[in-house]
Amino acid sequence: MLEVRWHGRGGQGVVTSSQLLALSAIKEGKYAIHIPEFGPERRGAPVRAYTRIDDKVIDIRSSVLNPDIVVVIDPGLVKYREMITDGLKKGGKVIYNIPDPSKAEVFEGFETYVVDAYHIALEVIKRPIYNTAMLGALIGVAKIVSLDTVYDALIERFGEKIGKLNIEAVKRGYEEVKKIG
Amino acid sequence: MEVKVERQIRTGLNGDEAVAYAAYHADVDVIAAYPITPQTIIVERLSEFVHDGLLDAEFIPVESEHSALSAVVGAAASGVRTFTATASQGLALMYEILYIASSLRLPIVMALADRALSALINIHCSHDDAYAARDSGWIEFFAENVQEAYDLVIAAFRVAEDKNISFPAIVNLDGFILSHSIEPLYIYEGQDVVREFLPRREPIVKLDPDKPVTIGALALQNYYIELKRAQAEAFEATPPYIRKILREYSEFSGRKYDFIKKYMIDDADIGFLVLGSTAGTMRHVVRKWREKGRKVGLISLTLYRPFPVDDLRDAVKGLKKLVIMDRSYSFGSPYAQLYMDVAATLYDEPEKPDLINVIYGLGGRDFNEYTAEEMWEKINRPGVKKIWVGVRGD
Repeated sequence: MLEVRWHGRGGQGVVTSSQLLALSAIKEGKYAIHIPEFGPERRGAPVRAYTRIDDKVIDIRSSVLNPDIVVVIDPGLVKYREMITDGLKKGGKVIYNIPDPSKAEVFEGFETYVVDAYHIALEVIKRPIYNTAMLGALIGVAKIVSLDTVYDALIERFGEKIGKLNIEAVKRGYEEVKKIG
Repeated sequence: MEVKVERQIRTGLNGDEAVAYAAYHADVDVIAAYPITPQTIIVERLSEFVHDGLLDAEFIPVESEHSALSAVVGAAASGVRTFTATASQGLALMYEILYIASSLRLPIVMALADRALSALINIHCSHDDAYAARDSGWIEFFAENVQEAYDLVIAAFRVAEDKNISFPAIVNLDGFILSHSIEPLYIYEGQDVVREFLPRREPIVKLDPDKPVTIGALALQNYYIELKRAQAEAFEATPPYIRKILREYSEFSGRKYDFIKKYMIDDADIGFLVLGSTAGTMRHVVRKWREKGRKVGLISLTLYRPFPVDDLRDAVKGLKKLVIMDRSYSFGSPYAQLYMDVAATLYDEPEKPDLINVIYGLGGRDFNEYTAEEMWEKINRPGVKKIWVGVRGD
């Protein structure tokens, strides 16, 4: 079983990325659960979501406490390093969004990947919604599902016009994510 | 049992969406509901299905839950298929109408996205609302996952509308844990498929201007107690009919449904009894504990009202200890709600396990493998009868 924890802020599409990943895995015949963690529902508040993926039926319904991968959608949250790595499995992966990759820092003890989803989103979507670029980065790192499946899920979710912009963001996230440690 | 995938589509939905699809596929005639978190998505989807012309139903937007249930009471009395959904404070506001619906023998189906009652304000899962309805004469089912939420809503219509039953039914799904989590499930291709299992409702009596009848008349000291005893006997006579329908549904869907589910219980020393989504988490935990050599097993209830006394008496045979997990609290009662049902069920048995009551997960507090381990440590202390787990500062 693969467990992913997503960090971001309300309005950045944190829940949507987890949903898209789960729906893509389900499309490929896998078993997957997307679990949102709702607190006060307001823009800007830190939010989390969890995705579990397996080839067999998943029984467990608790939050993900020991993820294999943590994805940080909001660049401003990367500084909360203890929160990011809390419960992360030994040798697990952190993938984070950084507007200036030259300043990227490694999370010691974990495989660290970065991507400039900030500029990808501004260039492609023209709005600071980094979630789909980060979803692309996650798939680039972990190859959980095929890009084509995610593209189908994006068109279903957003329709042709917005879907195509997000496909571009996913593709760039997938191609531009880099391992730094 | 093998899943019969013909005429079913594998897809991913959250629990609320799955419930909305079930009501749509059941071809309901009248829906009246008021949105409340975490049930809101059910109402939103159903209003879209009606608006888009997919579902030919009357959608009545009402100003409160009291009105929502009142409206479906009126509609159900006219002989049509009716649906509503709510949670927490919404169920509390429906409370007086709950008894009216069941006492008038109206086969309304309600989805309840279980949520803690205020105060403090909380939108997450407790079983306060599910338990609040327990004495009201509604049949109550509990779903463990999104697939069960979908299936049980469809089965609940057949159960409620069966002429030997004719009582309203609630399908409980844990708020957020099921209502808002996306999972894979099989849904039918559409209403035509479901109609083979669930034909149109044939009311026993109905409000009809051409053949006037009185429904809900006055009964004082003269008749009330006779009518209540008749209602009690009718409700207590429902289990064989409910079981028959669940078996038929198992055949129809390819997924097994019965009153209770057992996992590794037959040779267990310590059993755990649970409602709702925690059954899944506990199955995962029991599997891991078995690997450690702990002789544990699990019982979960799909049917909560009428309480499956015979099934439970049979399932606990041979257990040394039974741990009853309640996601609510009954202030001033000797134990929490599920425990008291079980204690009463087992009291007359010549041999019975020691009972322990565990209170967990209130207001959505995560119940996970660590909480389960804390529970294990506490239930093995000598003389323990009632414990709380997952509470900070313990």
